[in-house]
Amino acid sequence: MRSAPSAGKSLGSEGIPPSTKAAAPSFLGRRLGRYGFNALCVAGFVFLLAPILVIVPLSFNAEPYFTFTEGMLRLDPDAWSLRWYNAVLNDEAWGRALVNSLLIGVASTILATALGTLAALGLASPSMPGRSLVTAVLISPMITPIVIVAVGVFFFYSGLGLGQTHAGLILAHAALGAPFVVITVTATLAGFDRTVLRAAASLGAGPMRRFFRIQLPIISPGVFSGGLFAFAASFDEVVVVLFLGGLEQRTIPRQMWAGIREQISPAILALAVFLIAFAVLALLTVEWLRTRSASAPRSAG
Amino acid sequence: MGALALVLPLLAFVTLSFVVPLATLLSKSAYQPEVSEVFPETMHVLARWNGEGLPPEAAFAAMAGELAKALDERALPRASGAINRVQGGMRGVLNLTARRLARTDFAGTWRETLAGISGDWLQPRTWLAIREAGAPFTLRHYLQALDLERKEDGSIGFRPEDSRVYTPLMWRTLLVSLGVTLLCLLIGYPIACMIANSPPKRSRLLLLLVLVPFWTSLLVRTTAWIVLLQRQGVINGLLVGLGILPDDARLQMIYNMTGTFVAMTHVLLPFMVLPLYSVMRSIPPSHMPAAVSLGASPLKAFRRVYLPQTLPGIGAGSLLVFILAIGYYITPALVGGRTGELISSQIAYHVQTSLNWGLAAALSSILLVAVTVLYLIYSRVVGIERMRLG
Repeated sequence: MRSAPSAGKSLGSEGIPPSTKAAAPSFLGRRLGRYGFNALCVAGFVFLLAPILVIVPLSFNAEPYFTFTEGMLRLDPDAWSLRWYNAVLNDEAWGRALVNSLLIGVASTILATALGTLAALGLASPSMPGRSLVTAVLISPMITPIVIVAVGVFFFYSGLGLGQTHAGLILAHAALGAPFVVITVTATLAGFDRTVLRAAASLGAGPMRRFFRIQLPIISPGVFSGGLFAFAASFDEVVVVLFLGGLEQRTIPRQMWAGIREQISPAILALAVFLIAFAVLALLTVEWLRTRSASAPRSAG
Repeated sequence: MGALALVLPLLAFVTLSFVVPLATLLSKSAYQPEVSEVFPETMHVLARWNGEGLPPEAAFAAMAGELAKALDERALPRASGAINRVQGGMRGVLNLTARRLARTDFAGTWRETLAGISGDWLQPRTWLAIREAGAPFTLRHYLQALDLERKEDGSIGFRPEDSRVYTPLMWRTLLVSLGVTLLCLLIGYPIACMIANSPPKRSRLLLLLVLVPFWTSLLVRTTAWIVLLQRQGVINGLLVGLGILPDDARLQMIYNMTGTFVAMTHVLLPFMVLPLYSVMRSIPPSHMPAAVSLGASPLKAFRRVYLPQTLPGIGAGSLLVFILAIGYYITPALVGGRTGELISSQIAYHVQTSLNWGLAAALSSILLVAVTVLYLIYSRVVGIERMRLG
């Protein structure tokens, strides 16, 4: 009871004398309520995490099934194997997909981060005209239904000869990734103390020097996490690739999509474990950057 | 002025790579120049035709000439496809006529010549279809997207109930989105509450647990649900293994609406938890005990004191989840089967398979209007700058 998250309950149980008849059921009810609340939370977390956790042991299945075999449950070593990891690592198609994903991801991230950081700096300035409208336009790629984006980009880029090219995908992914950079950098700038810039100016630093030597180092955690978000968005994007990309532009998610649609093999689970590891690593990096950020730890994003 | 110069590069980039493509797509919903580009002369003659009986000989002559030209220039499929969508069967008539024309002797009039190849040329509805398809600006795709049709007396009304396709799908999309939003709220509220009221160390850890799925690839999460829910999957295996279900009565939980619901709720849940958490953590922890010490039951204290203060978070989270849900494509396409598909699937279908781009564009515009309205409400009420990414 004492360690319960909400402090209100423990105080409440003291406020009502436990000896009176009326209080007893309410005390019990409160206790049940607390257990019920905790059970709900645990169920919620299980719902969030169990699907991701289940994949990990199943990827070591020796059989081509998506369920725990009896051997696995008996912890029979023969029922566990690395065969699906071998299958992924030795399949050239996945290798090519990884190269495509990295190429498109890195190029679009650089573009999105550079443009997004500049834009966030402009938006943070008090003299920015039409701030809310401009922000709405810049963020809109993030909330527009992805099918509409993909179809629009497919029609327009194909007309320009950018259909089935890496360049087309890089441009489209950069537009999709830029909002993440704008949001994270804007959040970092909210905690940025502009007086240091005035101090630098009074000491004779020009605008370029003020930006690169003072402001950029201070906001760099926000820039990096924005870039990481943009990279993750591109690395996980499949619908635009489906419409705009050809065989030469197959990325990891595109390859997974084909795998899930056509015949799903446990090799996908092995790949999924790699992607989960990437996600956890990216998440921990962003959290670490957040603690390093100049702004108060919880204000980013 | 300096501020604008900093924003301008991204603004120009987003405009060119994103806004203009969207505008191009939307224009396809009402503007379709294919037919009038391929048959300009025919359209010119038909424009002066009163629509009764058959058009004058000049129309037949123009059509014959332009059909031959279109065949040479390989422009015919585009135009015949567009006419075919107004009246089924016209693709065949046009292709056949164009191919036979070169080998057919001139029969005195072009009218007789064309009629010799296909009797359809003597049907007034053939010409009416060509004239309708040839109008460069049309609301036809919107009528179709809203399951409306032009009645014989010229008025516009709904199609018969059993031949409506898109309005039921829109209702389904709205209902599924509402349902998913509600589920996210029911599951997300207690979670956010727990995170916000835990001691700092534990709060950070719990928040990380919410963010793991947020960062995990969408396809991985969808795969996970396929693994869990399919007939030979983990949950069915568990139920059969425990003797709760007989082996031949495995539950069908995927490739239908259940699959769509479960997987979408899972994917969108973090978007609910994060804004809820942001609001809840700013509520002073002393409020609830204060209400209780003044005699409110915990339930009443929650309802009258805590819940109203979390309303901004509920609004922000619900709006965001709802916006993302109505345009959802990937998860329903992979785990929804036929009964679990949403409006986005139809847009993809008409672009990739049926090649009815006008209809796809009209459906896109309708969806985009809905999303834009919600987005504007969001930016007004919540503020885009306050969107949380973790």
